This record gives sequence, C-alpha cells and structure tokens, in this order.
Amino acid sequence: MELTTIWFLAIAVLFTGYFILEGFDFGVGVLLPVLGRSNRERRAMINTIGPIWDGNEVWVITAGAAMFAAFPHWYASLFSGFYLLLFAILIGLIIRGVAFEYRGKGTTDKWRQGWDLCIFTGSVLAAFFWGVVVANIVRGVPLDANFDYTGSVWQLLNGYALLGGLTTLLLFTTHGAYFLHLKTAGEISERARALGLRLAVATAVPAAAFLIWTQAAYGSGLSLVLIVLCVLSLVAAFLLDYSGRGGLAFASTCATVAFAASGLFAALWPDVLPSTSDPANGLTAVNAAATDKTLGIMTWAAAIFLPIVLLYQGWTYWVFRKRVTVEQIPT
Amino acid sequence: MKHGDWGGMDVLDLARMQFGVTTVYHFLFVPVTIGLSMLVAILQTMWRATGKTAYLRATKFWGKLFLINIAMGVVTGIVQEFQFGMNWSSYSRFVGDIFGAPLAFEALLAFFLESTFIGIWIFGWDKLKPALHLACIWLVAIGTVASAYFILAANAFMQNPVGYQINETAGRAELTDFGAVLTNPVVLSAFPHTIFASWLTAGVVMIAVSGYHFQQRRDLDVHRPALRLGVLTTLVGGLGTTLSGDALGKVMTSTQPMKMAAAEALYQTTYNAPFSVLTIGSLDGRHGTPIIEIPGLLSYLGTGSFNGEVQGINDLNAQYQTLYGAGDYVPYIPLTYWSFRLMIGFGLLAIAMAVIVWWFTRKGGNPTHRLFWPIAMWMVLTPFLANSAGWIFTEMGRQPWVVFSLLETEVGVSPSVGVRTVAMSLIGFTLVYLMLAVIALKLFLKYAKAGPPSEEDALAGASGPGTDPEKPMAFAY
Repeated sequence: MELTTIWFLAIAVLFTGYFILEGFDFGVGVLLPVLGRSNRERRAMINTIGPIWDGNEVWVITAGAAMFAAFPHWYASLFSGFYLLLFAILIGLIIRGVAFEYRGKGTTDKWRQGWDLCIFTGSVLAAFFWGVVVANIVRGVPLDANFDYTGSVWQLLNGYALLGGLTTLLLFTTHGAYFLHLKTAGEISERARALGLRLAVATAVPAAAFLIWTQAAYGSGLSLVLIVLCVLSLVAAFLLDYSGRGGLAFASTCATVAFAASGLFAALWPDVLPSTSDPANGLTAVNAAATDKTLGIMTWAAAIFLPIVLLYQGWTYWVFRKRVTVEQIPT
Repeated sequence: MKHGDWGGMDVLDLARMQFGVTTVYHFLFVPVTIGLSMLVAILQTMWRATGKTAYLRATKFWGKLFLINIAMGVVTGIVQEFQFGMNWSSYSRFVGDIFGAPLAFEALLAFFLESTFIGIWIFGWDKLKPALHLACIWLVAIGTVASAYFILAANAFMQNPVGYQINETAGRAELTDFGAVLTNPVVLSAFPHTIFASWLTAGVVMIAVSGYHFQQRRDLDVHRPALRLGVLTTLVGGLGTTLSGDALGKVMTSTQPMKMAAAEALYQTTYNAPFSVLTIGSLDGRHGTPIIEIPGLLSYLGTGSFNGEVQGINDLNAQYQTLYGAGDYVPYIPLTYWSFRLMIGFGLLAIAMAVIVWWFTRKGGNPTHRLFWPIAMWMVLTPFLANSAGWIFTEMGRQPWVVFSLLETEVGVSPSVGVRTVAMSLIGFTLVYLMLAVIALKLFLKYAKAGPPSEEDALAGASGPGTDPEKPMAFAY
C-alpha cells in the first residue's frame, strides 16, 4: 500500500477516534443544563468524563499534528481557509476545558452557573463546528493554484455544511446521553435513557438527510456501505436502549459516530480537499503529501506508539469503569 | 495576498502579535507544569518512602496548585498547534515535511502520556494501589519533559535548519536526516536550558507560597520540607540554566551570529568584546553608546575566550546581503538588547533570592523582619519575566527570518487570510486569555493561602482501593 494511502487512513482513524471519544464528552456538556437538575447531579455528570476528557482531547492534537507532518498542504489550506470556524472551536475547547477544572473550586452558585454556561457553550460550539468543518472538506472549497482558499467565511456556512454541523451536534448529544445512561445510576441515568431515545429519533432526520446528500453528491461504493451501517447502528442503538441494554446501546452510538466519520472520509478519498473553483487546484492524498521519507518515519512511530496509547487509554476506562452516582459526590 | 490594514497594522503585524501574545501566555504555564509535576512526584515519593503524613499533605496541597496551572497550559496549548496553519500557512507548506514530524511525535509520545495519566492521578487516589498511583504522576512528569524536547527540536530547526534539502520544484524544505533534526546543536542546549529554567520557575513558586505560610507561622511541618525542596530546586535549576545558557550562547554565536551581535547591540566586529550592562541607543536601533561595560565578557560568552572575535551587526548585515540578496537582516536591536539583559538579570535575581531564603531559614530559622517574606513572595515574578524575555529574545533575534537563512517571516504568513479575520481572533484570544488569567490567579492565590488539607482529609482515600462501593469519591470535580 502507498504511504500516502496509509496516512490518509491514519488521519481518518485519528479523527474518527477523536469524534467517538470527545463526541460523548461534548454530548455530556450539551446535556449538562438539560439533565442535571441540581448541582450534585451536574457534578455527577461532569465526573463521568472527569478522568478522561483531557486524554480524549489529545486525539485531535495528534490528528492535527499528523496532518501537518503527513499532508502539509492539507493542513495549511484547511487551517488558514477555515480560520474562523477553527477559531470558534478553539474558543469552545478553551472555555469548557478550564470550566471542568475550575467549576468545583468555587463555592457560590454564580461561580458554578458561569462555568456551566462555559461547558454548555463550549461543547455546542465544538460539536457543531466540527461538523461544519468536515462537511466542507468533503464538499470542497474554492482554491487557487497555490492551494490557498479564495472564498469568504460565509461560503463555509453553506446549507450542506450547516446540515453537517446540525448532524454532529445532535449525534454527539445522543452519544452523550447513551454514555450518561451507562455511566450514571438511579434517576439521572433513567432520565438520560428517556432523553436518549427521543434524541436518537431527532438525530435520525438531519443525519439521514445529510448522509443521503453526501452519498448522492460525493459518494462511492465504500461510502455507501459505511453510511448504511451508520444508519443501521443508530437504529440498533435506539432499539437496544429501548430494551434496556445500556452497554450495547452505547457501543452502537460509538459505531454510529465511527461509521459516519469513516463514511465521510470514504466519500472524500482520494481527495483531501477538493477545489470547487478549478478541479486542477484540488488537494489529493498524493499532491498534498509530505515526502516518503517523512511518511516512513511517521509510519514507524505510529505503528509502535499508537497501540501503546490505546492500551493505556483503554486501561483508564477500565480503572474508571464504575458508574458515578449522585450519592458518591462529596458535599 | 489580501492587503489592507487594521489600525495601521497589516496581516503580518497582527499574526506576529497573535503569535507573541498566545505563546508568551502559554509559556507562563508550561515551565510551572514541567517543574511542579516533578516536585509533586518527589513529594509523593517522599510520603511513600517515609510514611510521614506531612509529605502527603504537601503532595495534596501542591497537587491542587499544579492542577490549577496545568488546566490553563492544556487549553492554551491547542491554540499553538492550530495557529501555524491558521496564520502561517505558507510557512507550514514550506517546512511541514520537517517541522510536522516532531509535533506529531510530541502528541503521540508525550501529550497522550501526560493527559491520560494526569486524569488517572487526579481521580485515582482511591482506585489504584498506592505504588501504581505514584507511578502515574511520574509518567506525567516524564511526559512534560518529553514534550519539551520535541517542541524545542522543532523550534531549533527554525533557528538553525539541519537535516534538510531544498526541493526547488516543490518549493519547500524536505527531510533528509531526522536524526540530525532531533540532535540539532541548538536543541541539545536549548532543551536543558528550558528544563532547568522550568525547575527554577517551579522552585521559586514553591518558595513564594511556602514563604506565605512561614510568615503566618502555620503548618510548618508541611511547608518547611517544601521550602527546602523549593530552594534546592531553584539552585539546581539556576546553576543548570546558567551553564546550559552559556553553552547555548556559544552555539548561537556560531549558528546565528547576528542574534548574538543583536543581544549586545555590537555594531562593529570586535575582539575582546565587552558586555554592556547599560547602553543608550537610538530608538530605530541603528546606533548605540554603551555606558557601563564589562570588558571581554561578550567574547567569553560567545566564544569561550576573552579575546575571541564577535562579529558585529554591520559586518554581518553586509555578509548576508551578499549571501541572500539586498535587504535588511538586522533584528530590532533595542528589543533584543533589553530582552537578553532582562532574561539574565531576572534569572540571577531569582537565584539570589533562593540563596538568601536558604541562609535565613537554615537550622529551623524563620526570619521575623516584616519585609522578608513579602519581598520573597514578590520575587515569584522574576522567573516568569526571565522566561518571557528569553523567548522574546530567541524569536525576535531570529528576525527577519522565520526559518534562519531559508524563509523570511513576511513570506510565511497566510496569503488567504484577511486583516479583519486575524484582528478578530487576536482580540478574541486576548480577551479570553485576560479573563482566564484573572480567574486562574485568583484561584491559585485562594488555594495557596488556604494551605494544605488536614491530616484526616489528606488520608481519606489515599490508601488505595477500598471495598465500599458507595463511599464518596476521594476526588470529584
């Protein structure tokens, strides 16, 4: 297999991993004011992701750095072209990250309400705009001969991309609800389950529209398979949750996110950022890539260290496998 | 390129200002994270080794202050990675084949380690066996140091490009020797310099916070060992920073002679070059008149001999014009001159403070003069000022290059980004960063003043996994 193909797959895996893991973190943040009726309930919710959100966020740092190293042109065109979208995501990630750490370190209601707002807003911003970013990558943007973006920020807020943003926002929120159902106990877990069922239905509509649009306009044989699996796993999540199988239901929303992300990458391949102005200016896995030397070194590093990372991150989830109950939250 | 300006500044000015603001801000937290993770690990090791509860209380106290700091370091770090592409896309295209790999290594080998194990450490007091829990904080400390190595290796390429060839068709630098990139002489000196400076920074923070409690005469069984550790760390860090800084100066003289000349505002090539403590110069940085000088010191710093030759700004500029074409290759001298002096001066002040505190607190002493501890506490600012000045010197002294001798800064900026976009994000980041700075500082002071947890609270859940599943979490957000 070509090294450029391997690295296209690696970037797809890193972003997919990121969306699965931080996806439910975002969902927990979005649901914080909805599901958490008291301070202790909200604390129980935050503590389900307390030990893991930071490690989850490193997936996007790794994905970004790997893109920089493996596909410098993709990284450069994307980050400069999608400037304000990424700015919004960064602000979102900053305020919610600090909020997790600082919320419990004050004592007044006003303090906690402020940070709750940061967690909610930050999660919504990131969950929505990541969808807008990925949709625009698949759709393509106007690029000049140097691969530089020539459009405006408004062109990035087109109908297809906004639908993509709505899809990720709702999908991550659903994913978060199933996670909370699994990771909490008692009343709050039941509420998460009930809401998760309704959210799955609410997600299905825009997600189906977005994925059908994707398949019709940009799809391939592989993307069709993945998109069908995505829809099926969302239905499975709903049915499993309905029949009280919380663990399997969450596994199914993990699959939904994974199939959605990989379906989009499959639709993108072999491009990495198509040009809508002149197709000749588009970036592909070949013309955006670094040299084989760099890709070779990166392949060795990833082959050795990514499994190690998966092992110890997996171990973290094992250590914190127990449900968080409201009663366990120290007063 | 989209031209236009905003308040008299163009995209290049704003992008540089944004890089300066976000980087200096991020680096307020980085050295504290590197240094304190190790100090917390040492305190926890001391507790495990001796079983003394005072060390456990110190671990928990310093652990909390460490977390207030690291949260800011983590979230401001993501901005750093994104803004290479956002503001400096032409730079990213040019160096990506070389510069990206150390960043990817940093994420894969260091960030995952730090971020995953810090989560386990924070929440794992009652989940893991004590020895395993202790191993987690050491892994965090190792992760922070590894991260510093990779990012400094990437920066070293900008100062002294090695292990590359220029591909004219592709219009970029391409990797030929990754080993050379990772063993760049600049990173071999800059890495110890940064790590020792981080120890110095964390040591001074520890002295200042412990000093507050010495003044209050509270919990000295917890704070005296911490103060001693802080003094020792500051002195080891200070000595190491000085020696590695000396080595770095010599590497800089051979690889970036213009930067060394700019550090001294030395216009003419000179043997037995002096080091001036004070120079009065013109604001455009074209002339300088030294007022107080130490003869031969600059030659010594740069070459290891008091009679060594140090090339002057004017001669180097003429050389560079022959080599790289017409242009001005002189950095902004007043800034390089003063940042270099402030870095050294504030660093030395910090070391002097540690020595004085050590002298007056040895053999169980606690100075009673009402100004002693307040002054020691205010000295906490010195390492932060020294660190910031050091980075401003390193990066401004490289100008007009973004990659020395290969790519000028003005060529590296994103051609597709408009002036209002950069202005908006600059204002946005600055406002958010300012608000967070106030909050983080207030929290740090609040918990620093509150002191360590009681013996009972510290011991709760610190003995490893329990059997009661319903008992409260040992730590919760």
